[in-house]
Amino acid sequence: MAARPTILSLKSVRKIFGTLAAVDSIDLDIGEGEFFTIVGPSGSGKTTLLRMLAGMEQPTSGDILLRGERINDLPANRRPTCMVFQSLALFPHRTVGENIEFSLKIRGEARDKRKARALELMDLLRLPQAYYGKNVMKCSGGERQRVALARALAYDPQILFFDEPLSAIDYKLRKTLEKELKDIHRETKKTFVYITHSLEEAMVMSDRIGVMREGKLVQVGSPHEIYSAPTTRFVSEFIGDVNVIPVDVAGDGLLKSVSLKDALKGPVPPKGFTSGHLVIRPEFLRFIGKASEADNSVSGRLYNEYALGSRIQYQVRVGERVFIVEKLRQQMFTGKLDDEVRIGWDAKDSILVTD
Amino acid sequence: MRRLVQLGQGEKSAIPLLLFLLIGFAAPLLAVIWFSFMPARTFSLFAAPSLANYATIFESTSYISFLWSLGLAAVTVILLALICYPVAYGIVRVFGKWAMLLTLLFTIPLFVSENIRLYGWILFLIKNGVLLGSLKSIFGLELESILFTRTAILLGMVYVYLPFMLFPMTLGISMVPSETRDAAFDLGASRWQVFREIELPLSMPGIVIGFLLTFVLAVGAIAEAKVMGGQRIIPITHDIEIAFTYAQNWPLGAALAVLLMLVVGVLVLLALRRFDLDRFLGRR
Repeated sequence: MAARPTILSLKSVRKIFGTLAAVDSIDLDIGEGEFFTIVGPSGSGKTTLLRMLAGMEQPTSGDILLRGERINDLPANRRPTCMVFQSLALFPHRTVGENIEFSLKIRGEARDKRKARALELMDLLRLPQAYYGKNVMKCSGGERQRVALARALAYDPQILFFDEPLSAIDYKLRKTLEKELKDIHRETKKTFVYITHSLEEAMVMSDRIGVMREGKLVQVGSPHEIYSAPTTRFVSEFIGDVNVIPVDVAGDGLLKSVSLKDALKGPVPPKGFTSGHLVIRPEFLRFIGKASEADNSVSGRLYNEYALGSRIQYQVRVGERVFIVEKLRQQMFTGKLDDEVRIGWDAKDSILVTD
Repeated sequence: MRRLVQLGQGEKSAIPLLLFLLIGFAAPLLAVIWFSFMPARTFSLFAAPSLANYATIFESTSYISFLWSLGLAAVTVILLALICYPVAYGIVRVFGKWAMLLTLLFTIPLFVSENIRLYGWILFLIKNGVLLGSLKSIFGLELESILFTRTAILLGMVYVYLPFMLFPMTLGISMVPSETRDAAFDLGASRWQVFREIELPLSMPGIVIGFLLTFVLAVGAIAEAKVMGGQRIIPITHDIEIAFTYAQNWPLGAALAVLLMLVVGVLVLLALRRFDLDRFLGRR
């Protein structure tokens, strides 16, 4: 994707609550028209960061620049940005139409102009026009989601912020709405900054992802980079099931693990890297017959298997250590539980990360 | 065997409560209403009913007492609204989830008899009392006491009914989700617009309940006018009391009470029609 001009820029932004740094020295540039997602577990400071970007909190130090202009002290109602809240924060005493038109009414636009814009947005978000006069509390979860998004779009913001709006929605509808949101992003060409605790959700929608931990941004990259080249154990484990083996670099470039007797072949360790973790995604592990069929192999006991729809996951116990192997259903492993099995992987499919 | 009405388990279980309500609540009310149709100055319930008592009231100057009662109640409600909304707003915004507990502290004076509290005010406000006496001996100021004026009556009423306005208002304001406030602000609304478009309408159920509660209570007020107002004003409740006691005219007192109930009932129903609580809560 072509380089984008920067719309939002964070310069060592910090937010201190008491003695706790909720957001700790974040530097970040978000591009014009980008779908940027900040991912982190609860308490990682992502909501505080978003509230600062939206103007509902002020940074303790550092600067927030919108197209190069410092907006630290600009209150939320004067920022050209808008937020979709976790609770959606719809106005329960108003109709769908009145909710969407709220910002236009505040600006003093004429009634018929307001209504035309509201209906246009309802079309874009596939809300039936008949809903215009419907009480917003009578709408279903997915419809409310669309009303909240339409209300934010009506403000015509330069940046749209999302604070986990899909977290309370059931799995199936969430999957649909994630894709819809990405379509809306394409349609409106606006900059979206999204917050979630689910890396899976971030993967589906984002151009770039920033992973937050304890107030710090630990890695920023495209979904592909975050998935295939995590730099820390934290990021690699955040995506889901993954095999992590603590290792030390031996003199010959091989990796030694206390829990495994053979030395492991892995990627060439970066300069100065002496100990860390070897990460192998479960889909890169395979059942093999002889040790020579892969760069590395271990033998253990097939302990259990879990069907995950299109894929099947196997738990293999090698001494105290647990390995997770994943296969497509078509390539199902035919062994029985408690069988002695050998699993292997190639050096190129493993990643070295720091703690 | 055929029965006219088949009673289910639930209906049968409700019978004791129903009987209790009939005897304890409906019967005395019906007795008062029935009494209002009996001949003046009688104590029997078995005379021929007539509208004579009502005719007497409409020919008399009782309407003045009615107007005083309704007027004082209306002014009290307005004063309470002006005092309580900002207080409730502050309590909710500053103390958050502790707001309701804090508001309960305002009801502690209710454990002391209303008359005693009012006499407390008398001691405080009376000539050479706590306030004026102190001013006189410390600063040499000699001021007129406000006791036994309409202002004093209003002071007493506002003081006595304050918790009944504050409590529902605090409840109403704490029902406004803080994210809707943030959302409106984020959508470009000024503080005043957030208040007018979001906070006021969303806290309206509490406001309406507070209005109704204090109005109904204030119309029935009697002690404030007697104690703090020194009987300068005779509210309708006082007229009713006189009819039942000194005048020994129960039917007339009953007729006055029925009229008061009618007036207040109609006003409350009108208010409830105008302010649909369900609509405010977004249920309709």
